[in-house]
Amino acid sequence: MSFRYGLRTFALELLMIAVAIAFLFPVYALVTLSLKDPQQIAASPLGPPTSPTFANFGNAWESASFGSALLNSTLITVVSVLILIAIGSFAAYFVARWQTRLGYGLYVLFLLGIVLPFQLGMIPLFTLVDDVGLLGTYQGMVIFYTGIQLPFTIFLYTGFIRALPTDYADAALIDGATHWRAFTQVVFPLLRPITGTVLILNAVFIWNDFFTPLLYLGGSERETIPVRIFSFVGQYVSDYGLVFAGLVLAALPILAIFLVLQKYVIKGFSSGLKG
Amino acid sequence: MRGRTRRFLLPPWWFAAPALLVYAVVVLYPSGAGVVYAFTDWTGIGDFSFIGFENFTKLWSDEATRGSLVNTLLLTVAIVLVQNGIGLLLALGVHARIKSRSLLRVIFFAPAVVSPVMVAFLWKYVYNPKPNEGLNGLLASIGLGSWRQDWLGDPDLALWSVAFMVVWQFAGYSMVIFLAGLESVPDNLIEAAMIDGAGRWQRFRHVTWPLLAPAVTVTVMLSTIGGLKLFDQVYAATNGGPGYASETLSTVLYKQAFVFGNYGYSTAIALVLALFVAAVSLVQVHLLRGREVTVS
Repeated sequence: MSFRYGLRTFALELLMIAVAIAFLFPVYALVTLSLKDPQQIAASPLGPPTSPTFANFGNAWESASFGSALLNSTLITVVSVLILIAIGSFAAYFVARWQTRLGYGLYVLFLLGIVLPFQLGMIPLFTLVDDVGLLGTYQGMVIFYTGIQLPFTIFLYTGFIRALPTDYADAALIDGATHWRAFTQVVFPLLRPITGTVLILNAVFIWNDFFTPLLYLGGSERETIPVRIFSFVGQYVSDYGLVFAGLVLAALPILAIFLVLQKYVIKGFSSGLKG
Repeated sequence: MRGRTRRFLLPPWWFAAPALLVYAVVVLYPSGAGVVYAFTDWTGIGDFSFIGFENFTKLWSDEATRGSLVNTLLLTVAIVLVQNGIGLLLALGVHARIKSRSLLRVIFFAPAVVSPVMVAFLWKYVYNPKPNEGLNGLLASIGLGSWRQDWLGDPDLALWSVAFMVVWQFAGYSMVIFLAGLESVPDNLIEAAMIDGAGRWQRFRHVTWPLLAPAVTVTVMLSTIGGLKLFDQVYAATNGGPGYASETLSTVLYKQAFVFGNYGYSTAIALVLALFVAAVSLVQVHLLRGREVTVS
C-alpha cells in the first residue's frame, strides 16, 4: 500500500474509468433515446443525438399524469417514514430498556418480521385491506409500510439505544420528568445518527416499492411513480423516446436527492445492517 | 447494573403499544393466516376446506412451480456470487488512492437507489433482440457482432440476463458495504504485514479478507434474501417468460393468486419461500459469523 501515485495507480485509474464507462452504457442509451424523436431513433438508435428534442419529456409528463404520481409518492413516503420514526423509536426504547424476558421476547417477535417475506401474508392482508375499504387510499399504504418496515426500524434503533448510556434519561426521570419528556427531549435527540439511517433506508424502500402499490393502488388515482410508470410503459411500449423520457423523469427525483445527500445515503446503506 | 435498574426508570407499556398494534395487523395476523390458508383450497370467495398437504404435493408435481423453485435457487446463487464478486473488486478498486474514486463510488452506487422496475424497463431495451439496438448494437459497433443474442427471448438465456440486470443495479450496494469493511482495516496491520514481507495477495488473503468477514455476512445475507424474493425485475422484464423459463417463486405465487384465484395454493408457495428465507438466514448467520475475527 504505497501512498505514492505511481504507474500502477495510474493503470488502475484508467482501468476503473473504463469499467465505469462500460457500466454507464445503459444510462447513455436511456438519455440518448429520450432526446430523440421516432424518426431519429429509427435512423440511428444509439448514435449521439444530433438535434436533441425535449418534446418527449413534456409528452411523458402529460400522458403519465406524472405530477399526480409524484405527489402520491411524496405523500405516502413522507408520512410513512415520519410514523415509522415516531413509533419505531418508542418501541425500540421499550425493548432496549426492558432487559427482561418480556423485553427480549418482544424484540424477537419484531425481528421475526425481518425474516418473514411479506408474500406469506400478502393475500390475507389484501382481503383485509379490501374488507375495510382501504384499497386505493393513502391510509392503506401508510399503514402497510409502517407495519412492514417496523421490524427493520426497531432493529436499527434497538442496537443503537443499547449502546447508549442510560444516565441522561435516568437523571431526567429522577428530576421528575415524565417518560414522554425524558424520551422526546433527552433520548431522541441522541438518536440522530441512527434516525438518519432509518429515514434514508425506509424512504428509498418505500419510494421505489412496486408490488404492493400495484396491488393496492393499481388503476386508482393514488398510483405511485413506479406503478404509474409501469402502466405508462405498457401503453407506449413501442415509442422508446417517450418511454425513456418517462423513465428519466421517474428516476430524477431520487437521483437528485441521492446526489445532494450522497455522503449520508452511502453511509446509511453501508452501515445499515451491521448488528 | 442493568438488571438492577429501578422500575420507575423503565418506559411504560404504551411506548411499545402503537408499534405492536400496527405490526400485529400488517405482519403477524396476515402471516399467521397465510400459514393456515396454505393447507386449504381457499379461492378468496365462499367457503374453504382443509386439504392437508395437497398444495405442497401439487407444488412439487406441477412442473411450472417446480421449475420456478429451481429458477429461484439458480438465480439467487448467480446473483450472490457475481454481485458480491464484482462488488468486492469495485470496492478494492475505488479504495485505492486513485483520483476519481469519489466520483466512481457515486456512479457505481447510483443505480441502487432507483426503483428496480425502472431499471428492468431500461434493461429491457438493453436486451432488445434487434441487431442495431441496445447491447446488440453496442456489440456490433465494437466488432463483436457475432455475440449478439436474443437476451430475454432465448429460454436458455433469459434467467441469466435477468440475473445480470440485478447484478448491474446492486453491485454498487455490495461495493459500499465492502468499502465500509475495508475502511475499518487498520493501516498499521497492513504495514506490519508489509514489513514482514507479505506480498499484495498475501496481505489481502491473510489480513484484509478475514477482517472483511462482517461485511461479507451483511452483503451475502442481503443479496441472498433479495434474490430469493425477487419479483419486480422479473415481472417487468420477462413476466416469467419465455414459457416458464424465468419464472420465480414470487412471480408464480403472484399469478396463482391474482390471475388464477388459487389463494390457498399461492400461500402454500409463499410458505415454502418463507421457509427458504428463514433457513438461509439462520444458516448464513451461523456459518459466516463463525469466521469473523476482530481487531483488538
